[in-house]
Order: sequence, then C-alpha cells, then structure tokens
Amino acid sequence: MKHTVFILFLLTTALLFAQSPIFTIADIPNDDGSALVITWDCTGVQGEQFFVSLQDAENHTLDITAFNRESSSFPRGSLIYRDSLTAGKQYHFVLASADSALVRTPLISKTGTPRAQWFNTDKISLLIMALILAISIVYFIYSAKGGKNLYIRRINGLEAMEESVGRATEMGRPILFVPGINDLDDMQTIAGLTILGQLAFKIAEHDSKLLVPVSRSMVLSTAREIVKEAYLKAGRPDAYDPDCVFYLTDDQFGYVAGVDGIIVREKPAANFYLGAFYAESLILAETGFSSGAIQTAGTAMPSQIPFFVAACDYTLIGEELFAASAYLSKEPHQLGSLKGQDVGKAVFLIVLIVGIILEIFGVHDLKNFLTVH
Amino acid sequence: MTHFFNVFGIWLGAAFTFAIFSFLYKDNPFYKVAEQIFVGLSAGYWFIYTIFNILIPNLFLPLSTDFAANWIKLIPAFLGVLMLMRLVPNAEWMSRYPIALLIGTTSGLAFLRYLKSDVINQITATMINPFVGNNWVTVVGQILLVVGTITGVIYFYFSKKHEGAFGVSAKIGIYFLMVSFGAAFGYTAMARVSLLIGRLQFLLGDWLGIISP
Repeated sequence: MKHTVFILFLLTTALLFAQSPIFTIADIPNDDGSALVITWDCTGVQGEQFFVSLQDAENHTLDITAFNRESSSFPRGSLIYRDSLTAGKQYHFVLASADSALVRTPLISKTGTPRAQWFNTDKISLLIMALILAISIVYFIYSAKGGKNLYIRRINGLEAMEESVGRATEMGRPILFVPGINDLDDMQTIAGLTILGQLAFKIAEHDSKLLVPVSRSMVLSTAREIVKEAYLKAGRPDAYDPDCVFYLTDDQFGYVAGVDGIIVREKPAANFYLGAFYAESLILAETGFSSGAIQTAGTAMPSQIPFFVAACDYTLIGEELFAASAYLSKEPHQLGSLKGQDVGKAVFLIVLIVGIILEIFGVHDLKNFLTVH
Repeated sequence: MTHFFNVFGIWLGAAFTFAIFSFLYKDNPFYKVAEQIFVGLSAGYWFIYTIFNILIPNLFLPLSTDFAANWIKLIPAFLGVLMLMRLVPNAEWMSRYPIALLIGTTSGLAFLRYLKSDVINQITATMINPFVGNNWVTVVGQILLVVGTITGVIYFYFSKKHEGAFGVSAKIGIYFLMVSFGAAFGYTAMARVSLLIGRLQFLLGDWLGIISP
C-alpha cells in the first residue's frame, strides 16, 4: 500500500513539473498561400520519438516529420510545409510523442490556415524604384509632347549612320543589317529592330539597297513590317523589296556562315550589327572588316562588346543601343522615355552614394530595405 | 556497314573542315559548297526540331490526349495561325497582333526583371564600406568597384553633355569599361584557341590517327 501511494505521489509530481510542449502553426507572409511554418519545442516532454502529422476530417493522419532525442530538430525545430495546401483552407496538425514501443500519445493539436497575400512587402523597394522610373518616364514623355526641348548627348556611332548610308549610295553597294541571333523575347533584338526602322527610312530616302538576313521566324515577320513601314513613311513604297529581309537558318553558326557569304559576295559598303550576339560577333565583325565596309555594332552582351570594339568602326556599348532609337528618331515619346530613364539613373546614383556613406558609418538600414529577397 | 559510315563521316567532317578553313585564304567554291550545305542542313534540322520538340509535345499531344485540361493551349496556337496569315496578302495585317503581344509582353516582363537584377541587385552589391577588408588588395578592389560603378553609370547618362567634372567622371567610367573589355577579350580569345585545338585534335586524331583522340 505504501509503495502504491509513493508511486502515485511520484507520478503526480512528474505530471505537475512536466512541461507541456509548444506547438505553433503560422502562415508564411508574402506568399501565394501555399505554405505554413510549423514550429515545436518539446523541452521537458516525455517520449522517445516525436511525430508532427497532418490530420484530415476523418482523423486520418499523415506524418510530416519524425524526430527522436538524438535528432537536431529536438527539442526545438521548425519546418515549412507546402505539400498541396490550398489558400484559405484550415488544416489540423498534431504533435505526438511515442514510447519505446512506438505507441503514440497526442500531445497537442493546432490548426493553421495558409493565406495568400496580394502584395509581397519584401519587394516594396522594387515597387518604389519602378514607380520612380515609370513616373519620370511618363512625365518626360508628356513634356516632350508639349514641345519641351530635351537634350541628348552626342552618340558617335549613330552620327556615322548617315555617313554610312551616303557612302553606300555613292558606291552603289548594299547596306547589311544583322539584328542578332536572338528572338523577339530579347530586348536587344527589339532595340535593334527599332534602329532598323530609322536606318531603312534613310536608305529609302537615299534609294540605296538594304540586306537583312535573320535567324528567327518572328524576327523575319517583324523586320519586314518595320522596313515596309519605313519605306512608306519615306514616301517610297514602290522601292520596298520584301525579299531584302530574308531568313537563313536558326542555327547559330549556319547563320554566321550564311552572313559571311553575303559579306564577301555582295560586298556591302556598310554593316550594322545591332542586337544580341554570342560567339559569332567576332566572326562577323572580322569578315566585315576584311571587306572594307564601315561597321557599326551595338549589343548589351558584355562578353561580345570587346570584339565589336576591336573590329568595328563604331560601337554602341550596352545602353547606348537602347538609347539609339530615341537619338535617331527624335520622337517625343522616345526622347521622353530616355530622359525619364536618365532621371531614374540619377535617383539610383544618389541612393547608391547615400547607401555607401551609411555603410561606412555602419548603418545598414537602407541596404536592408533595398535588398529584394 | 556501321564501320563504313563511321569512316565516311570522319572523312566528310575533315573535308568540310578544310572547306571552311579555306575561307581564311579567300572566298572559293569549296567554301561556298560547305556554306550552302551548312545553311540548308541547319535550316532543315531546325524545321524538324520545331515540329518534333515544340509543336508535337507542347501542342498536338496535350490537345489530343487531354483536351479539357489543355484547351488554353489553343490561344497560342491561334496566335501562331495568325502569324501564318502573312502568307495571305489580304490578311497579312492579322500577323501584327501576335507580334504586338509578344513585344509588349517581353518589354513588360523584362522591365521588372532588369530592374531587379541590373539595378537593385547592383546597387545593394555596391553598397559596401569600401575601407573595410582583410588586406589592402581587398580594400583597393572595393574602392575600384565603387568608383567604377558610379563613373560607369555617369557615362551612360545621356541628358548632359560630357564636359567639366561630369565629363571627367564619364571618361573614368569608359576607362573602367575598356579595361574590363580588354580582360574579357583575352579570356574569350583563349577559349577560341581551345576551339581550334578541338578541330586540330579531330583532324590529327580521328581522321589521320597521328595522335590519340
């Protein structure tokens, strides 16, 4: 009898002093509502093994994780659970312990509801930067349309375009335009094609011949539309030859072989390489150089610019390619867009300098705010 | 028979290699033949590739096996058909819609992508205390990073004439760019030499058997 009373006393004491586990289910902020974060703290809890399980309406459980006293996730741990969760739906989770015979005892159960957020506040800096850029672009487009004179500094490669077209006309030779080897999903190709429009306009005015070999079907269609429109704009629709824009092949080096053949046989007086280029840049530029043509190149591919700088007369470096169209056309919406981007650049530069000064003084708030996770 | 085609393929490869290399001398009939075959074969290859690797697995197969789950693919298919309208003179204008959609979508997606990768990530990566480092080489490197980034951006500022202090900054920026271009040139030139070595290994190893391939 005394033994029984003593054991009961020990058990009651153990129960009184045993800590209850901490088990939380929380929604992950700034996501699409497809994940929950589960955390536990089993300090002082009896049991050999522990299970975190998902429980459905019929009390069927699905184990999410299991750990024992030797695991790194004991006594405290957490995990992100995202297996086919639906935003807005409530889920039940159970933390259970098991003895050495793996007989489970539910310790605590909690519910959690994943929620989808409309805005990812981690990217607020991206929104602010985008707004600064967008507002300044829109403002300057309207300013330009209102007749405000917007200054753009001289871009050497583009000044030479007129000279190149004039030279080709005098020599009676064609002008070659290569819009790169990427498709329309590359901004450089689009920038190159926009310049093609300006170039085709000048060529139509001078009644010279244009050759545009392309390597993508979508670029073929777009380039033809652009050249046709340029000839119409120049008042020379009769001079437009749809075959001046033609497809060679999608293959990178097949295309290069074809363009090289055109350069050595047609002997264009001026070559323009404006778009996205890879390993073919030097092959094209070198062949063009050996043919004696005036060469203007432009790309935003950092690894290819050196070859163009070495082998071409004029090179549009990086963003100059994107500024070229506004520079040539002087159209208000393009000029305004370029001016707006410049304002964005000035703001970013100020932010950068302020950020560096703050970092020197050990203040990291601005950098942390701008960092997009 | 397999052996014959292996040997034939190697001889063909060697012949085409010489035909292409002959361009180093000047344009000639051998180069012309190799060029035309290369262009024609690759165009044909990409045509078949598009059908079997893009159209069939991404459009025809999903639509024929589970139409209800994949009917949305009819929209890009329709846009593709609009592109083909270029072949019909009176309906040529229809092809402008898929082009406009593609260019607009590309621009919109690229705007945010580049804003994050080329602007914000660049700014945060440059926001450092340049004077802190384990040794003086690191400190000098960090100072060059900060100065190079700031002056590089100034070079690409188009709304102000490059004169005075602004012009000096822009000039420093272009010097930084040229130094990086020089380094990139040397690096890539070495990579091109390795391509030449690969071709020579093919000729001397696979073809002539002078060296072990």
